[in-house]
Amino acid sequence: MAYTEKILEKSIDPSVHKMLERAEQLNLETVWDRYEAMLPECGFGELGVCCRNCNMGPCRISPFDDHGPKKGICGATADIIVARNLVRMIAGGAAAHSDHGRDLAHTLLLTAEGKGGGYEIKDEGKLKALAGEYGIETEGRSKEQIALDLARAVYGEFGKQEGFVQFTRRAPEKRVALWKSLGIDPRGIDREIVEIMHRTHIGVDNDPVNLILQGLKASIADGWGGSTIATDLSDVLFGTPMPVRSQSNLGVLKQDHVNIIVHGHEPVLSEMIVAASNDPELVALAEKVGARGINVAGICCTGNEIIMRHGIPIVGNFLQQELAVITGAVETMIVDVQCIMPSLGPLSECFHTKFISTSPKAKFPGATHMEFSEEKAFDIAKQIVQAAVENYSYRIPEKVLIPEDKTECMVGFSAEAIVKALGGTLDPLLNAIKSGDIKGIAGVVGCNNPKIKHDHGHVALVRELIKNNVLVTTTGCNAIACAKSGLMLPEAADQAGDGLKGVCRSLGVPPVLHMGSCVDISRILTLCAAIANALGVDISDLPVAGAAPEWMSEKAVSIGAYVVSSGIFTVLGTVPPVLGSKVVTEVLTRGANEMLGAAFAVEPDPVKGAGLMIAHIEKKRQALGI
Amino acid sequence: MSQPKEIFVKTDRCVGCLSCTIACAVEHSKSKPLFGAISETPVPKSRVYVQWVEPEGKVPLVCRHCEEAPCMYACISGAISRDENGVVITDKDKCIGCWTCVMVCPYGVIGRHLEEHKAYRCDRCPDREIPACVSACPTGALVYDTVDSFSGKVRKHASRELLLAEGG
Repeated sequence: MAYTEKILEKSIDPSVHKMLERAEQLNLETVWDRYEAMLPECGFGELGVCCRNCNMGPCRISPFDDHGPKKGICGATADIIVARNLVRMIAGGAAAHSDHGRDLAHTLLLTAEGKGGGYEIKDEGKLKALAGEYGIETEGRSKEQIALDLARAVYGEFGKQEGFVQFTRRAPEKRVALWKSLGIDPRGIDREIVEIMHRTHIGVDNDPVNLILQGLKASIADGWGGSTIATDLSDVLFGTPMPVRSQSNLGVLKQDHVNIIVHGHEPVLSEMIVAASNDPELVALAEKVGARGINVAGICCTGNEIIMRHGIPIVGNFLQQELAVITGAVETMIVDVQCIMPSLGPLSECFHTKFISTSPKAKFPGATHMEFSEEKAFDIAKQIVQAAVENYSYRIPEKVLIPEDKTECMVGFSAEAIVKALGGTLDPLLNAIKSGDIKGIAGVVGCNNPKIKHDHGHVALVRELIKNNVLVTTTGCNAIACAKSGLMLPEAADQAGDGLKGVCRSLGVPPVLHMGSCVDISRILTLCAAIANALGVDISDLPVAGAAPEWMSEKAVSIGAYVVSSGIFTVLGTVPPVLGSKVVTEVLTRGANEMLGAAFAVEPDPVKGAGLMIAHIEKKRQALGI
Repeated sequence: MSQPKEIFVKTDRCVGCLSCTIACAVEHSKSKPLFGAISETPVPKSRVYVQWVEPEGKVPLVCRHCEEAPCMYACISGAISRDENGVVITDKDKCIGCWTCVMVCPYGVIGRHLEEHKAYRCDRCPDREIPACVSACPTGALVYDTVDSFSGKVRKHASRELLLAEGG
């Protein structure tokens, strides 16, 4: 089937081509149509030089020297405005990740108190390990008693005023000492986010570098705090992921099943939906309405959470959420928080699909709100699944078109799973790095963005890395892109350079390791810290690099900031809104190197981006003398 | 006789903020201030367009009020004429909505007013000394100037570049 150039240029994924053609036939709007309608995008916004922080404005600085205002009404220069806007983005991202972490702490607390509506502590070993980090007594105590102390201690991290956030101490001592010397060792998670909002208010912090330092501080509270909490408490409650096989892409939806999509981020909801979908009563009901069963599948990071813990198939990444509805085969799209397009409501109304919002924090136009609460989790999940099953008979057969595309994948490489695959110690990995079989490790993460051909940025960059013997760890929408492209199979080792190919074959693992959702970038940090500690060096000395080839969200800005703060060189595939300030651009791309031993680079071409990462890795190898 | 002014476009200056389109629509609204204009029916229309050209081109386009205006010659109902200031205007009463002007306009800057069933375009803001789009442009991408003055400035810039290229 030949598609128009207009469709082909939007994605590398054939399922997307098929569904975009379907959208055209049905005259339905998608994110790509809205993107085109938005062009040209406002240049002031692109440069980061507009400010709406007070009502003397809005102000914007002309980027041309000979024309237009050079200062905001308060006197803020482009440097000040760009820095303020950037750190507010970090605040937004850090708040989102950390609030996700807070919800897990809340769920653990309720579970420990016996008030969790169906949750249990699945990984007692990890519970005890985390308790050990906090110095919580574990000997002779029940897992509930330990969990109660742990939950309270973790809860305390958010509102803490002084001291430090415990999990930041996983970082090498040198890194922590550096953070302290720069004044960016976070005191508490919420405090650093709030301080950004204070500092960026009219007439407070007007030093671009001082502003950026506070942004880094909040981002560290995200990466080594809120995100780590989200990851580790999820593991305690739902189990630490271990390698499991599954399938990815729109073809995982089933013609003759009740299709339930869970979309959003927090496993607190999706875990219960998965459990409820196995409830015999509901399975029987599905059969009664003429379906052959209940098929749960995920989108975005909720999809990553459940694929890696249960092998539940994943429908697609961020830019595929509307396309899933357009298959006409989705009984319900259940959402919680983050990266959920408000367009899903009106779009669902064109089909029988029920769009169900569940979080008191996130309501949507056109959605049915079925509010979720941890105390009654299983009961509410059953009601939601029942609503999905009952909706099956309203499916409109002539509107159903499910693409056949689906790809096998092996996922679930938590740091613990990686160590296990290596035989219980990091040594084989360290030896492979030293010998040069593995040149280094890349963390490739981030969103989708219609500014970049869907999945092309992700897949082309990852392919180039593995070809050059760089082991890739991945989370988020990049992980889903790699799964769909067949890069998460042990057989994909054939696409890797000889060294990496040999290592993957001997261990039976793919060259691209799925480490989870976007909060699970904390797993990559933990792994890097463990490697650095094993070698007695700082993370910035390691042959590692990061990339976010198709990033778009504020969370990604916070991620980039904490990855660089952790000492990891990071390549961005889309230009952040900072080019209006020479000072900010200089700090991010060069000055950060002197401060943190790492900086950002921007490279929209994914193959060139991979080239920058490989060059960086080679440089670090030379410095280490390996 | 003093020369009439034109709206010139410096394409390298446009950052695509669309301030010109907002200002134009507001100027052509009944209530004028933005906050009133946005709630009017029919919705006030902009007569200036910012065209996106991949990968980074942002080009403001507005009626050139051509000396040999193709639309004026093509209009079969005689609705299009030139006023004493050189501005090409469409007489709404005479316009029959045949869109011949749209077909012949080389810039594609004539719009269709769905509620009035008439063609509309830039009228150079007859109530203003400087057209609203030009006043609103924060980067100087739109310039209201005479041909002589504008091209004089271009010559001056080109001369400077020439001297620099020669090592001056």
